[in-house]
Amino acid sequence: MIDWGFIFNQSLTQAIDFNAIAFVLAAMGINVHFGYAGLLNFGQIGFVAMGAYGFGLTFTLLGSNSVLLAVAVGIGFSVIFALLLGIPTLRLRADYLAIVTIAAAEIVRLVARSTPLRDITGGAEGLNQFIGPFRDLNPFNAGSVYGFGPWSYRGSQLFVIIIGWILVALVVLLIRQLMNSPWGRVVKAIREDEDAARALGKNAYWYKLQALILGGVLGGLAGMILAAGNAAIQPDFFSAPQTFLFWLVLILGGVGKVWSPVVGAVLYWVIITFIRNLGRQLVSAGYVPTTVIDTSQIDQIQFWIVGLALALLMVFRPQGIFGSKEEMALDAR
Amino acid sequence: MPSVRPGPGPCVYALAFVTGSGKCGAGVHRSWRPAALVASVAVLVLLPLAALGQEEESVFTQLRVENEEGERVPVEGVLITVTTPDEAAVGQAETDTEGIVQIAVPGPGEYLVTVDAITLPAGVFLRDPSRTTLSVNVLPGQLGRALFALSPTPPVDAEGGVLGGRINFSGRALAQLTTEGLKLGLFLAMAAIGLSLIFGTTGLVNFAHGEMIGWGMLWAYFFNVYGFAGAFGFLSGLPPPFGGGVNLIFAIMIAALFGAGLGYAMDKIVFAPLRRRGVSLIAQLVVTIGISIFLRYVYLFAFGGVPRFYEDYTAQSGNEFFGLITITPKDLITGTLSLLILVAIGFVLNFTRIGKAMRAVSDNRDLAESSGIDVQKVIRFVWVSGGALAALGGAFLGLSEVVGFNTGFRFLLLIFAGVILGGLGTAYGALIGCLIVGIGIQVSTLFIPTELKNVGALAVLIVVLVIRPQGIMGRRERIG
Repeated sequence: MIDWGFIFNQSLTQAIDFNAIAFVLAAMGINVHFGYAGLLNFGQIGFVAMGAYGFGLTFTLLGSNSVLLAVAVGIGFSVIFALLLGIPTLRLRADYLAIVTIAAAEIVRLVARSTPLRDITGGAEGLNQFIGPFRDLNPFNAGSVYGFGPWSYRGSQLFVIIIGWILVALVVLLIRQLMNSPWGRVVKAIREDEDAARALGKNAYWYKLQALILGGVLGGLAGMILAAGNAAIQPDFFSAPQTFLFWLVLILGGVGKVWSPVVGAVLYWVIITFIRNLGRQLVSAGYVPTTVIDTSQIDQIQFWIVGLALALLMVFRPQGIFGSKEEMALDAR
Repeated sequence: MPSVRPGPGPCVYALAFVTGSGKCGAGVHRSWRPAALVASVAVLVLLPLAALGQEEESVFTQLRVENEEGERVPVEGVLITVTTPDEAAVGQAETDTEGIVQIAVPGPGEYLVTVDAITLPAGVFLRDPSRTTLSVNVLPGQLGRALFALSPTPPVDAEGGVLGGRINFSGRALAQLTTEGLKLGLFLAMAAIGLSLIFGTTGLVNFAHGEMIGWGMLWAYFFNVYGFAGAFGFLSGLPPPFGGGVNLIFAIMIAALFGAGLGYAMDKIVFAPLRRRGVSLIAQLVVTIGISIFLRYVYLFAFGGVPRFYEDYTAQSGNEFFGLITITPKDLITGTLSLLILVAIGFVLNFTRIGKAMRAVSDNRDLAESSGIDVQKVIRFVWVSGGALAALGGAFLGLSEVVGFNTGFRFLLLIFAGVILGGLGTAYGALIGCLIVGIGIQVSTLFIPTELKNVGALAVLIVVLVIRPQGIMGRRERIG
């Protein structure tokens, strides 16, 4: 029998879990890059990795107990990555920038997982002994389960979730204010016509770099949420294709709108969790024979949907749910 | 990656499937060093011990690994499981100090013998991680034997690199690595020309090109192992080429044809309609990413996550040339073939109508169109030939490296590096750039750990874009 209650329950639980929060933040970063500044960043996962490693290494390498310092280091790592990436490459055309950013993100991952850095980054196994100081701040009882309606989380999870959504709210406010400010208007002007903005005396390069840093820091925050939620940092999570999940979330919600990553990420996790759980139950209940597909392969099917959705959305509704086609930097040069 | 092994000693593959019968390794020191970089091979043999005059049928295993001195030493404490073909448990035991395990079976027949790879001691690896289970036929009153291959060097890891280690600098190592790099570069170039020409004629950066490479690799594997229909259980009893595998040479040819088909389908079904609708290039680029993700996970679904090897020509010993370099016949043949194909492409581009038309469309599409060239036909031709070349390059890469569901995507970034280094949109640039990247990757292992060699290539990609974004052969106007 198919346990529909369980499926809906899981879908709703995942919809606001820390994974969804991380997706919101990472997609908001891409929204700043692509939606507002027109930068085709395919390496957002590199920023996420930098944030996560900066957060974790503060505890493991520096031996610090300060979560605030860890967050600062995580942000610092993202900023440094943005500078390293942006200073040489922001003059490039959009499609070149796409290739460079994806390559840079792969460099981060390959270096982080390499054996020579094993003593620092934990090599391919990553870091997992850093969460203590963060857990100590948790006002909830880490072991017990807190529930409300269909949602129930362990105390350790709940803490991350609450911090995460507060963070999301702050970021949404910040971005809304920023994009309505003169700074935001310049950035959008550069997206629309870089030469025109330059003719008005705006330093397009400098504005683009600022946008890259801002979006990158949002990616770094996503990495910290992931590190805190998983209590582990695994380098191979930060593989290049992961970035495209954030892209799907952004395009689903609508490029260039402040709220769209929130809606996109929640929808993404609801749909994916629903499909995954329904698929598993269909297989384990015997509706689908295991010769056709087994439960471990269900998780692969979700990426078929991700790929198809990305392609089809881009062709038939590039503006997603909320966006406007006119505001998309699809002709970015 | 097996291809980074340095010069000394002929290739070791040939040893991999030779039984060690008769030399039970008694009295050999267990002094092998785990991180031996000199690739050597051990064998796990299920010996026929009918000579012992046993009444009862059983399965016998001896696990040994070759140490640096070339001695085979037993491997102790590895869990071996025997089951019936429908996976009912028969017995389980660990190898003893002689690396031996003997498990009684209820009677003659077929049994599955499984090595628990997790229990292998540090520094001992299965040569082919997918072959943890072998089928053994036990005859009445005898012991069944099967053959596993162990190695003191790790198999290809998720990144296609050998973990750890560095190769000592020597002229011989340099020559060997340059040769390996040249080979890698030729394969990359063949796969890359399609990417570069598609960009040249349409302006599209095709992120699904990695999957077009994987497509060829996987179809070559399919036909090589299963034949035309053997993947379907009820048809696997048919005689080759339907039930059993076809020779790899033919399998690769078929894979190239399939690659052309995929290129045709991608243009016909997806990108030609998108061009007609006037969908922007950035949107098309995101579409290629969607296709790439979709195809990659279809491959994972169909092929599984564990890298495998072709059935033919995997085990070959190298021949020495000039006393400097060792090349296996398969590498020599595929390398020469790809060189010939690249020369042929150059000829086509320079001297045939379609080649000139391709270059004309690359140079200036509007001008080409107004001078009577059917641009859509040229683009279709570029997709078809690019798809075939990508598949061919993928099939060759699968022979020299490993066949995996995401191998194509791993090479995509290297191909980007090569293509941009040479100049995006130019055929000759792709060739030169990929050769430089291939040689650079292999030779760099003299100076940096092998697992970081791809990082070097990607870093070069970024540096090139900063210093000379149009690449070696490109013209300045191509970039912005």
